[in-house]
Amino acid sequence: MRQAGLEFAVGMFIIAGILSLGYISTKYAKMEVFGQTGYQLTAIFPNIGGLKKGAQVEIAGVQIGRVKDITLDNYRARVVLTIQNTVKIPDDAIARIKTKGLLGEKYIDIVPGGSDIALEKNESIRETQPPVDIEDLISKFVFGKL
Amino acid sequence: MKPAGVVRAIGRTTIRNIACLGHYGLFLLTSLFWLFTSPLKIRRIIEQISFIGVKSTIIVLLTGAFTGMVLALQAFYALNKFGGESLLGPTVALALIRELGPVVSALMVTGRAGSALASEIGIMRITEQIDAMEIMAVNPYRYIIVPNIVAAIIAFPVLGAFFSLIGIWGGYVVGVEILGLSAGTYFGEMTNYLDMQDIRMGIYKSLSFGLIVSWICCYKGYFTSYGAKGVGNATTQAVVVSSVLILIWDYFVTSIFV
Repeated sequence: MRQAGLEFAVGMFIIAGILSLGYISTKYAKMEVFGQTGYQLTAIFPNIGGLKKGAQVEIAGVQIGRVKDITLDNYRARVVLTIQNTVKIPDDAIARIKTKGLLGEKYIDIVPGGSDIALEKNESIRETQPPVDIEDLISKFVFGKL
Repeated sequence: MKPAGVVRAIGRTTIRNIACLGHYGLFLLTSLFWLFTSPLKIRRIIEQISFIGVKSTIIVLLTGAFTGMVLALQAFYALNKFGGESLLGPTVALALIRELGPVVSALMVTGRAGSALASEIGIMRITEQIDAMEIMAVNPYRYIIVPNIVAAIIAFPVLGAFFSLIGIWGGYVVGVEILGLSAGTYFGEMTNYLDMQDIRMGIYKSLSFGLIVSWICCYKGYFTSYGAKGVGNATTQAVVVSSVLILIWDYFVTSIFV
């Protein structure tokens, strides 16, 4: 009887430990247990200015996916996005790289267009807009090109 | 003392200390040898998980809650200076999961279970129970040391997870209920800043602390000097050496992963 109590206590301890690790991982950290479900789109940017793998993809401020991969393609940045299956993106959508707040991280904001044709899997978003480069902006202002 | 005598004294101390380090290393290697070459004593491991882990749960939860609470209070004070209160959640969570959870829970368990382990094995040594085992061809490493090491390696990550989780909730209580931050900000910002890599790092730290603490405490008990005083010294040294090693090792793990 005493042995059974001991085993029960240890079992509870281990289960509670695994549960709390799982809880922290899924609830507070960015772990998707069943992998990323969704379809992939690509977007070519002339400059991504600090965008990272795993960054959020948003429409109207709502998260709809993540950046899956970033590679260099013909001296431009080729960004692969994973978008949730339920979200359809029109083929005239514009992908913009923006910054959260003044110091926040970079994310991709998608402005949906008015087209009725949705982008298929592995197609690419044609219209892209690189992030605003503050230094560029200041130099334009200083040298009077603005 | 003649100059040659001084030099000899320095040489003697150095040799003794290096031999001592080698002794520690050999003890660990012997334990690991028996860990991997003989069947594990499951019953003993469960008993030791109960002793090291289950019975430390309350104290880890208590210290975890208060660590999280004071962390939130201090971080709020600092963040408030430049209007960054919205980062309170990530600050508390990152500090707890990457650093404080594994380290402070390991220190607590060292104080509670590590000392008991060292004195228990030490008394087995001075009452000649370990010698009796050897005479009866019972391998003391298999029966005493290995179960403790396995149990500590299992129990430490679990306790570290308890500590971090309860600490995050403690920080929530202070940040949201007392300091008036919104609950959405506290938890919502966390997911933006916390990666699986942070959690993995916390687990690696806990695993290595489990090995360090069980190794040092078993060693100190196993090679205790005789008499009640000897066991007392062994226990004190076990706690001090384990704690110091935890903090030193913590620095190196962090610097490797960052």
